[in-house]
Amino acid sequence: MRRDLALHVLKDCIGDEIVVAVYQTLFDWMAINPRDLNYVATGAMGQASSHGLGLALANPQRQVIVFDGDGSLLMNLGSLVSIANAAPENFHHLVFENGTYEVNGAHPIPGQGRVDFAGMAEAAGYRTVETFTDLNEFTLSAKQFLQSPGPAFAVLKIEPGEPYPRDYGYIHSADARQRFRKALQFANS
Amino acid sequence: MNINSDSAAIRYPSGSAIIDQLKKAEVQFIVSVPDIVTSNGLLWPISEDPDFKLVRVCKEDEGVSICGAMSYNNTRALLLMQQTGLMDSLNAIRAIGMDYQLPVCMMVGLQGKEPERAAVDSDSYGVNIIEPVLQAMQISYKVIEQPEDVDTIADELSHAYQTSSTVILILGREPTK
Repeated sequence: MRRDLALHVLKDCIGDEIVVAVYQTLFDWMAINPRDLNYVATGAMGQASSHGLGLALANPQRQVIVFDGDGSLLMNLGSLVSIANAAPENFHHLVFENGTYEVNGAHPIPGQGRVDFAGMAEAAGYRTVETFTDLNEFTLSAKQFLQSPGPAFAVLKIEPGEPYPRDYGYIHSADARQRFRKALQFANS
Repeated sequence: MNINSDSAAIRYPSGSAIIDQLKKAEVQFIVSVPDIVTSNGLLWPISEDPDFKLVRVCKEDEGVSICGAMSYNNTRALLLMQQTGLMDSLNAIRAIGMDYQLPVCMMVGLQGKEPERAAVDSDSYGVNIIEPVLQAMQISYKVIEQPEDVDTIADELSHAYQTSSTVILILGREPTK
């Protein structure tokens, strides 16, 4: 399944949710669905899922969707257990699995093709766990998955699609953080 | 030197007074990995206090991200941990607290610190490097050792949120229960 096509499917499902995304998935998402409720500043070292947990707990009335990377999640596997333990119903965690550190030279992740992310999420205690390998199947199921009570987890087996530019300057900018803060305050008012 | 009388002269901060300061600062969430220095005086009482929501995390850098993310809608949180967890989280603090200028507030127990000495004079390498490391990273910190030091905690936390800046409160002595 091409990542950009999967993101177009998600674009059709998403309204005023907070979306936390990382690396190439983030860059693609910013091009496909630019919006101020995109949370782009997650630092480094796989912290997106933890940012998502903080946002979900502090904004229980709002859905939080994390577009994680497989390499990123490997750096923060304990967060699966922390998230399942906190059990926010408004938390949906999608891992875009391509088996590589795509923006860092496309080197393979440890355990490429063998690591069972869905199995780990299920064992950690996520309420719902899905795996999608086919775009048509994902198109039919994405909305239902996002409407299921969290914490919910889905693995999307993906390959690169349209290569969108990597704007690191923006995602780490004060402007990006301020735009999100204002959008959240407006949405919550 | 009479060791017993010296030990008796050492005064310890009150855990309940620290908790009162956290409430005064309107801290809602405590994010924590357990630490033996703060276990009895803070974390166990906090875990039983309905005024706080406790988020137990597997590793301290998760907590840095959680506290930073919570700040976007002005939800106040405190990351409670040991200095070993602080050292393990420095890159997260560098990015989320310092580069992003978010109010990440931390309280850190110094495991292995001798109560009668300043941290920089500790025999423990893991203790005596803490303040120099924070200084090198230009991270604001405040040492809490004496009972009266506790009185500043609410103001320190409120200042961090008002100025969107990171602060670390270092517990140099074990809080009493």
